[in-house]
Amino acid sequence: MPEVLVLVERTPGGVRKASLELLTAARRLGDPSAVLFGPPDPELVAALGAYGATRVYAVAGEEPEQFLAVPKAEALVALAGRVQPVAILVSSGQEGKDVAARVAVRLDSGILTDAVDVALAGQTVRATQPVFSGTRLVTSEVVRGTPVVALRPSAVEAVPAAVDPVVEPVEMEFSESARGARVTDRTPKGSTSGRPELTDAEVVVAGGRGVGSSEGFAVVEQLADALGAAVGATRAVTDLAWVDHDLQIGQTGRTVAPSLYVAAGVSGSIQHRAGMQSSKTVVAVNTDPNAAIFSVADFGVVGDLHQVLPALTQEILARRG
Amino acid sequence: MKIVVLVKHVPDPDATWSFAPDLTLDRAAVEGRLSELDEYAVEQAVRLVEGGLDAEVTCLTVGPPAAADGLRKALAMGADAAVHVVDDAIHGSDALSTSLVLAAALERTGFDLVLTGMGSTDAEMSVMPAMVADRLGVPQATFAGELAVVDGTVTIKRETETAVEHVSADLPAVVSVTDRTGESRYPAFRAIMLAKKKPVATWSLADLSVDAERVGLAASATRVVGTETAPPRPAGVLVTDDGTGASQLAEFLAARGLL
Ligand SMILES: Cc1cc2nc3c(=O)[nH]c(=O)nc-3n(C[C@H](O)[C@H](O)[C@H](O)COP(=O)(O)OP(=O)(O)OC[C@H]3O[C@@H](n4cnc5c(N)ncnc54)[C@H](O)[C@@H]3O)c2cc1C
Ligand SMILES: Nc1ncnc2c1ncn2[C@@H]1O[C@H](COP(=O)(O)O)[C@@H](O)[C@H]1O
Repeated sequence: MPEVLVLVERTPGGVRKASLELLTAARRLGDPSAVLFGPPDPELVAALGAYGATRVYAVAGEEPEQFLAVPKAEALVALAGRVQPVAILVSSGQEGKDVAARVAVRLDSGILTDAVDVALAGQTVRATQPVFSGTRLVTSEVVRGTPVVALRPSAVEAVPAAVDPVVEPVEMEFSESARGARVTDRTPKGSTSGRPELTDAEVVVAGGRGVGSSEGFAVVEQLADALGAAVGATRAVTDLAWVDHDLQIGQTGRTVAPSLYVAAGVSGSIQHRAGMQSSKTVVAVNTDPNAAIFSVADFGVVGDLHQVLPALTQEILARRG
Repeated sequence: MKIVVLVKHVPDPDATWSFAPDLTLDRAAVEGRLSELDEYAVEQAVRLVEGGLDAEVTCLTVGPPAAADGLRKALAMGADAAVHVVDDAIHGSDALSTSLVLAAALERTGFDLVLTGMGSTDAEMSVMPAMVADRLGVPQATFAGELAVVDGTVTIKRETETAVEHVSADLPAVVSVTDRTGESRYPAFRAIMLAKKKPVATWSLADLSVDAERVGLAASATRVVGTETAPPRPAGVLVTDDGTGASQLAEFLAARGLL
């Protein structure tokens, strides 16, 4: 079977869950080949193999770490020239899109971003993207070059399919222009709260301006902890600095698609919904019966979140004994 | 030095959008505006100048005639001049083609620093900065939450999915800015009036020596094969809290196996 190149993103302890989702999706198109930058630690290779990576291209060199996007794009372009993959998959986030954009230009290839589904139709790669605030789905095919597809995190469930990967070291001669944007300092994000990572979380409890204050956020956090959930917020809240910017969900923040999304004091603006409307179950608490969030909620409570959230936390703790 | 801000005229995000018969977004049917995310880029350019950087700020758009309104807004916010690339052949262009046109226009305007929004509020691809940078052969520093220009070098602070990074690049470079860089200003009446006198150049593809065959719907490297209405969420249950709201909610969650 032809290869599918998958851009792997590392975390301090391993690889992003989104990368495992890419390997899962890649199996529909061909044989997944993981493109890994930095040392191919055995645990890492095993993790990639567990999700179907038949090959791991281990690209050597410091440049991909030290400079933004371009070294990775050059490596993907070089590999694409060599193996003629059916497609190149990246995760639809900052790094994935930056790399994919340059790859698409250099290969003069069609690019589809924010895909929620990818499949092969005959010989052609097709991807489905939500448009118009998620009310419509558009399916497109790439008609020129090597299809470059950026898949949204959580859109495809990561399903294991263990293989024993062949690890192939790749030596790159990076161009001078690949050294243009130097990373002078990088602080990896660790979870300081002990809560799950927002993008990967199975349950998210999000607070909006209706929470009222930074201290008020405790009711959101307590419910999150009772549910084993990640905490999220609207831009109104992160702008007010009630919580860290990193917790913003929406068009200009994170995109999440958990099994359960609890929205408290969130009005449900178009921009916020853009980041959460793929959640499987949505429940909302808001004092305003006309709040837009209720239009995407499976269960809504019209009421004061400062009453409802603590009571719900108690109820959950009681049920769990 | 020369700062060029890439700005896009987009359909109002709060309006109801629809497809035209050729399956492109029907822009004529919806009121347009300067993309809010590009206003942050204009704001940063103006702040750099207000902060003492000796620079001229030009805003550049590729879009239909109505896109001129977006340029006027950017001029009212403080840009010095504007360039509008408009050509019937451009309709339906994909990101690859649009980046080709933007890069050709930037080669003509000249630039030290190109500022862009973090994504257009209609296409939302967030690929244009990297594509344009690649075509121009310059570095890109994307998703800046803070930026500074000192001695021919631009430095940014950005937050990615996995890290907080500081990045520096020698000019010329392309930098995209996020909505965390600082609120964009409302132009005062006087500024709006002054903007009417600022120069707006209108260029066609021929002016840029871009072959019309390389742009437009026919040149697109992707093709829409179908559209469907997303399955609507089944209408939810709404209860008014009378003291039992929380337990009803818990009951619902338990019934779905979520507790
Ligand atoms: C270009 C652009 C990008 C944007 N990107 C994002 C984004 O990524 N994410 C995002 O979230 N926003 C984004 N926004 C902002 C967005 O438009 C909204 O302003 C924002 O989402 C509103 O946040 P909110 O729901 O917390 O606040 P509000 O809209 O003020 O809503 C507060 C809600 O709380 C309710 N409430 C008040 N008190 C209580 C109480 N005691 N109990 C229960 N409910 C109560 C109110 O009824 C109200 O519905 C963006 C805007 C623009 C223009
Ligand atoms: N047609 C256009 N004209 C000018 N600038 C554009 C155009 N399209 C995109 N841009 C710029 O590129 C950024 C990212 O756009 P996009 O890749 O479409 O999400 C926008 O925020 C703009 O700054």
